[in-house]
Amino acid sequence: MAELIAQSPCRDLLPVTHGTVTLSEVDPGNITSLSPFKGKAATLSDALNSAYGLRFPAPGRSTGKEGARCLWTGRHQAFLQGPEPVDSLKASAALTDQSDAWTVVSLEGADAEDVLARLVPIDLRAGVFKRGHTARTLCQHMTASITRTGANRFQIMVFRSMAATLCHELGEAMHMVAARAGRP
Amino acid sequence: MRIDGKAHGIDRSKPVSFRFDGVTHSGFQGDTLASALMGAGVRMLGRSFKYHRPRGVLTSGSEEPNALVTVRSGAQAEPNMRATIQEIYEGLEAKSQNRWPSLGFDLMAVNDLAAPFFGAGFYYKTFMWPKAFWEKLYEPLIRHAAGLGALPGGDNPDAYEKAYAFCDVLVVGSGPAGLMAALTAAKTGADVILCEEDSMLGGRLLSERETIDGMDAALWAAEIAGTLRAMDNVRIMTRTAVTGAYDQGVYGALERVSHHCAASQATLLECFWRITAQRTVLASGALERHIAFRDNDRPGVMMAGALRAYANRWGVAPGRSVAVFGNNDDAHRTARDLAKAGLNVAALIDSRPDAENLAGDVPFYPGYHVARAHGRTGLDAITLRAPHGGEDRIAVEALGVSGGWNPSVHLACHMNKRPIWNDTIAAFVAQDDMVPGMICAGAARGVFSTADCLKSGAEAGLEAARSAGYRGALPPLPQADDAVYNLRRLWAVDGPGRAWLDFQNDVTVKDIKQAAAENYRSVEHMKRYTTQGMATDQGKSSNVAALAILADVTGRDIPETGTTTFRPPYVPVSIAAMGAGAQAEGFAPQRFTTSHLASTQMGAPMIEAGLWYRPSYFPRDGEKTWRQSCDREVNMVRNAVGICDVSTLGKIDLQGPDVGAFLDFVYCNTFSTLKPGRVRYGLMLREDGYVMDDGTTARLSDGQWIMTTTTAAAGEVMKHLEWVYQAHCPQLDLRFISVTEQWAQFAIAGPEARALLNGLLDDKLDDEGFPFMACGDVSVMGIPARLFRISFSGEHAYELAIPSRYGDALFRILVARAEALGGGAYGMEALNVLRIEKGHITHSEIHGRTTAFDIGFGRMVSKKKDCIGQTMAARPGLVDEDREQLVGLRPVGAVKQLVAGGHLFAPEDAPIRENDQGYITSVGFSPSLGEMRALGFLKHGRSRHGQKVKMVDHMRGIETLCEVTDPVAFDREGGRLRG
Repeated sequence: MAELIAQSPCRDLLPVTHGTVTLSEVDPGNITSLSPFKGKAATLSDALNSAYGLRFPAPGRSTGKEGARCLWTGRHQAFLQGPEPVDSLKASAALTDQSDAWTVVSLEGADAEDVLARLVPIDLRAGVFKRGHTARTLCQHMTASITRTGANRFQIMVFRSMAATLCHELGEAMHMVAARAGRP
Repeated sequence: MRIDGKAHGIDRSKPVSFRFDGVTHSGFQGDTLASALMGAGVRMLGRSFKYHRPRGVLTSGSEEPNALVTVRSGAQAEPNMRATIQEIYEGLEAKSQNRWPSLGFDLMAVNDLAAPFFGAGFYYKTFMWPKAFWEKLYEPLIRHAAGLGALPGGDNPDAYEKAYAFCDVLVVGSGPAGLMAALTAAKTGADVILCEEDSMLGGRLLSERETIDGMDAALWAAEIAGTLRAMDNVRIMTRTAVTGAYDQGVYGALERVSHHCAASQATLLECFWRITAQRTVLASGALERHIAFRDNDRPGVMMAGALRAYANRWGVAPGRSVAVFGNNDDAHRTARDLAKAGLNVAALIDSRPDAENLAGDVPFYPGYHVARAHGRTGLDAITLRAPHGGEDRIAVEALGVSGGWNPSVHLACHMNKRPIWNDTIAAFVAQDDMVPGMICAGAARGVFSTADCLKSGAEAGLEAARSAGYRGALPPLPQADDAVYNLRRLWAVDGPGRAWLDFQNDVTVKDIKQAAAENYRSVEHMKRYTTQGMATDQGKSSNVAALAILADVTGRDIPETGTTTFRPPYVPVSIAAMGAGAQAEGFAPQRFTTSHLASTQMGAPMIEAGLWYRPSYFPRDGEKTWRQSCDREVNMVRNAVGICDVSTLGKIDLQGPDVGAFLDFVYCNTFSTLKPGRVRYGLMLREDGYVMDDGTTARLSDGQWIMTTTTAAAGEVMKHLEWVYQAHCPQLDLRFISVTEQWAQFAIAGPEARALLNGLLDDKLDDEGFPFMACGDVSVMGIPARLFRISFSGEHAYELAIPSRYGDALFRILVARAEALGGGAYGMEALNVLRIEKGHITHSEIHGRTTAFDIGFGRMVSKKKDCIGQTMAARPGLVDEDREQLVGLRPVGAVKQLVAGGHLFAPEDAPIRENDQGYITSVGFSPSLGEMRALGFLKHGRSRHGQKVKMVDHMRGIETLCEVTDPVAFDREGGRLRG
């Protein structure tokens, strides 16, 4: 029997580089939304801690690191990114598989902040939006989750169906920022 | 002409050639188009708006009303560019405007001779009758005669962008106050953005002969600029004009990114910035104002400050022999600098009889006025009027005029506060916090000497940084000029003829007096009646003089008369910059399903459904119209099996012990009784009792449910659920999240549906184990998936959901299998026909004005429990038998066409509004029934099955006799979907 072939949202679209900045697709592994049931936030956080050594994040923050990261994504909601969810989490939270629901990309380079300044209306200055900080905001006309994952690196997530638009918008902004460098 | 000697704004070793009106000229690097043309001896740059009077350069900045030109050519041509800020580059091409056939000989200049007829209010009075003539005759004529530059037509190929920036302290302007403010704030560690509309930092310092700390002022500015550039916490934005102040510390700013570059280097023309600042220092300086006298608009008559700026910064002058006319000490500086530059200063005329000459060895005329300028296309003489009234004519090629300086208070007034009148300088000044968080410094607050500006800037910078949470101290203040600025008011010189106030809109002193005489005494009325201040320069050079004259003739003082309202933008902003990024594909995000590529490869035309793109139909060889494809696809589903991507429908995952109770409250029917492994259709009402959305909800397990919504309402339903949960039942224990994008979902519909599935599923299905409205986990070629036995087509059908990464692969396999069974993919057109045949509703029917009662689902609104909308749905008006009710319609007369949007009337009634009985919402040709079928709403519709009505489409002129039927036209018993 034939096999069902899996495809990533940005196949054929990435990576691209303009100037100092590179946009590449990230394989996030599993993405599982975690929503603690009533009064179970602490239990969930403990379960996360014993399973992965990370806590349920406060609003606007992420915990963990590359490979096992927990991103705040909304009211009573965070995304566990990386590992498969362990059964011990199910007692305290609603777990929903979101692994295929998101386009996940990484924008990296010296001018990454300048590129995002063309599309994202919030303050992303390094002193304000530090490594590990995360926000639900806009990327041009798309709702997005944006996280600083390094000094010059951001993880950007939008709906899977918007992959082409995301790559187009970021590509244009990267192009514009690079074009300024060559100006008299 | 060029003046020898020092001019720090240009590099004489770097000549630059450019063209103006087809003639090649040469300037130097650092020149603006205005300074280069002045250097080349060109005095006339354009024709005025209304009277087509010859005009030259008036100012040296962005406030320029006269010297507007069109830059570049073809589709890239940009009209109304101010020559005073347009930097020249090799190959620059510019053209004058509002003249025909040429600048020197302009036919419309005849308007000037007819001036007595063109005064204030002329259009209003003259072109009123007959009414129809306005649009057809008068307006086109006036539009042709009046106006400035014209758009080139064609798509603009230039690139624009918009961007966001954030800082602790925003400094607007980089004169002595702005530089000190930025430096002082930056030294505290605050993040500083310094915006300057010029290409270099320094403001007025670039145009003056003076010293700061013993250095040439322009060099001092360059040194401070260097210091600021070296600081990590400072962002310097040159060629960037702050255009508006908005709520919560947000400022708009227009950056001219590449207007100074040759087209080949101008990848990006402009950027519109939104800058958010905790604190702002307004150091926008001041703009000089004119004195009105007869023919004061002749080319060669300029602002005194501009005249000396051209000489000092760019080393040019409009002529060898010059005069200066003013009512204040600052005018003397111009005379002094011009004399030092080696020009012949023929006269320094000061309207104050007691003034002392501060300009050195120049002919000085205290108490004199300039009564008239002479020379049609360029100044050649002025008439001097002595205190006793005698007149004398002096030959000059240039005249600098200063009626004083107006602080640039515009930004401070953008949030509706009014500036304060300062009698000493006879001008309006800005105060702190007119815009919350804005501190004013330097000339913008009426502080004029360089020494005072440096001090004021440093203090403002420190205060701004401190209130933004930083600590620091005042730096040592540099030594600088602290001359006093004395002035005595003079707005206009009396006499016959026309004296200009607003150069860009051609408004004279007479016009203002006329407005007052006709009782337009309010400054806002005067403005609109005369159009003073309504041009693109917003009257920067004329507002104060105009209202002062209005105050004078109406016998009021200036503060009582007040100013007009200052509104953004401070300088003209191209729409392209504000809308940057939203052209073409940038207009809205595109959402593509996982089957998009496969569908387009099959030749399917895509239609937009919200942001989604969905296939309209899948054409096959030999099919010439969409109808042929659609009919085939419908037949495929009815007779074999069809595949349709339904991933765009909203999917919401709900978990928790209280989901059943929550759904009972959200849906009008009951869900808590639904067993795991089963699906139920549900109808959702809005709070006002009208239908919001419909769809199915499946109970996957005890604690996990999947709700589906329509494609159109997916976001709206998600928002609604959040609101219902947070506002009405936060006590319930449940969580929900959208999974629309997680699952690719395909409808598999038709008599062969199960056969198709059984070829793919790892465990086979039968009717008993998986009956109609069952759901459950399945395995497709080894991949865990979900199967729902639901049907929108009325056939034996399933929806198969698989993680999106496999969507493309599964769709291709499903279509191939379906084709092998005599079926194939079907698109939106066929989907629509199938559901119309079955009387299934979409948002064409639940369009926001229909109730559950209207669509025949009144009994679904459970009385056993409460739900959102239940009470309001029971209002008498919403269950009135007289309401329009959902019906089916079929054509029974000679005309067989049914049209969505057509209205329904009794056959004998005239098709007029008063007789309207309903309307059609959806139509389609049913190949199964061999005729068109429609759904619509008709008064008393449910009791009128079998009766005749006529459909009238007034727009298309179609009238069709119809029979009213049950909405379900095909397989009314529903045997097919259970088969």
